[in-house]
Amino acid sequence: MSENIIEVDGLEYSYGNFKAVDGVSFSVREGEIFSFLGPNGAGKSTVINILTTLLPLQKGSASIAGFDLAKEPEQVRRSIGIVFQDETLDRDLTVWETLELHGRIYSMPKVERRQRIDEIIKLVELQEKGDVRTRYLSGGMKRRLEIGRGLMTRPQVLFLDEPTIGLDTQTRRRLWDYIKMVNDSGTTIFLTTHYMDEADLVSNWIEIVDFGKIIASGTPLRLKDALGRDVIYLQTDNDDAATGIIKALKAVLNIKATSQGLVVTINADGTRCLPIVMSRLRESGIEIKSVNLKKPTLDDVFVHYTGRDIRNAGAEKLPRIQPRGGR
Amino acid sequence: MSYEFLTIYWRDMLRFVRFRIALVASLIQPALWMALYGAAMSSNFSRLSSGMTVPDCAVAVSYLTFMGAGVIALTTLFTSLFGGITLLFDKNWGLMRELLASPMPRNHIIIGIGLSGVTKSFIQSMVIMAFGLVIGVRFFPGYSLLQRAGAIMGILLFVGVFSLGFLFLSSAISMTMETPEGLQAVITLLTLPLFFASNALYPIDAFPGAVRIISQFNPLTHLVNGVRYFAIGDDFYAIGVHYVYSVNDVLISFLALIVFAAAMFLVAWRVFKTAVVT
Repeated sequence: MSENIIEVDGLEYSYGNFKAVDGVSFSVREGEIFSFLGPNGAGKSTVINILTTLLPLQKGSASIAGFDLAKEPEQVRRSIGIVFQDETLDRDLTVWETLELHGRIYSMPKVERRQRIDEIIKLVELQEKGDVRTRYLSGGMKRRLEIGRGLMTRPQVLFLDEPTIGLDTQTRRRLWDYIKMVNDSGTTIFLTTHYMDEADLVSNWIEIVDFGKIIASGTPLRLKDALGRDVIYLQTDNDDAATGIIKALKAVLNIKATSQGLVVTINADGTRCLPIVMSRLRESGIEIKSVNLKKPTLDDVFVHYTGRDIRNAGAEKLPRIQPRGGR
Repeated sequence: MSYEFLTIYWRDMLRFVRFRIALVASLIQPALWMALYGAAMSSNFSRLSSGMTVPDCAVAVSYLTFMGAGVIALTTLFTSLFGGITLLFDKNWGLMRELLASPMPRNHIIIGIGLSGVTKSFIQSMVIMAFGLVIGVRFFPGYSLLQRAGAIMGILLFVGVFSLGFLFLSSAISMTMETPEGLQAVITLLTLPLFFASNALYPIDAFPGAVRIISQFNPLTHLVNGVRYFAIGDDFYAIGVHYVYSVNDVLISFLALIVFAAAMFLVAWRVFKTAVVT
């Protein structure tokens, strides 16, 4: 119990008649990177807005760092840091002033505040930019400043709502380095994103959410393994003979011959299966020209559970108000 | 006691002095207005009122002096009504979520914006008084230095309370509106009736009954009463109208402004307490 820093039970939230969050329960362990994964409009931001006290608690209960969200919202606010999905900077304040303002509205005493500003500016590598107005910062610098600001008060949980949206690949990679560094120093990270690959890379635990409900949860590895759909790509000097031999293996679900070679779908761990396949082929005198193994991605996991691709899922935003048949 | 409202104040004043153009414009605008409108109208009014006689020994003031008080009031009205607009921009493109998600009580936002708006109005009022002296506004006739200081304090007191009321109203409107266009429309809608149904630029004695009653409930009228009392005196003639302010009249006007400001604070507080910005 005590190692869970966030507890959410039966959370529901409606905008008028539209139920954006429909009975969500989960818990976050202290010190982990916890990801809320789902397409745009799945209800991720609504959950994060409720947990950060920006939206009222309509139904269900939640606690953060031991404080009840309904009864002790102020203590909750003091325990968390937030990086909002959209930019929330005053463009005409400098980097230093932005942090000063944050420290002051969180009632940090002056000496501690000034010291912390120096630390934060160093941490997010904006030393050269202290006196620069935020309007002149690049997208990545703004994000770093916002992350630094979220860390000013040494929160126990840092909420990151789509932190890398709209940034280029290099900047994203650097941001993740920061986020991991912050996490290493003991801050629990609550993350929402629709970038599957990023969530896969950094998360200790993932909840996949769609239409306001949690549809799958687990560690990234377990989520992917649970699919049991590893794919082996093979090129041999005798595909026909190879097909016969591979078909005989128990784990093989399907084998297809293409112009690029053989595509073998198996329902077991491919890393263990592949050596067996290779040695069987060699024993039969078949030469292997190339081999490749593809583990399922979180995209595959998402498609498996929802029947559609996360990249296209956002487009279904409008029709989802109608009842969903057949799923 | 917590002082986070001072942070809101600090930030708003920082922006005020940072935008040199806005700062300078806000100081030039009332001066320009007084110079042009005042010069044009005062020659007209002095022609119209040339036939009117003022009793012996009575104090007659020029139109320019009469309207100087009105310009202070109108400038304060405009500045204050737009004073909350920064909140709308914060809400749509900036800091508002950061402020609302912080442990700071939300009424500190209202109070901080109120105080910075009052500061701006004070600066403008002082500039108008100084500029008025230059172009021939005869404020503080025969006052000693101490009396002048007292009169200025009195004017600023009236300006401050009035300004707070409209800043709270402006904050409430800004927080409710979705777009700057909507805000602009609502504020324009409010400004003109307040402006015309008041005694800022002409006497209300000749108003039709209904408009006169409305003007009695107009905070602008009460501000102008206070400013004229302190700047010109309690017994004078202007545009052929005899003005007498008793201490009671002035106290009632002041009380009316306090009630107005308190009511507007409650409105703004309610709006902020229930505000949801995501």
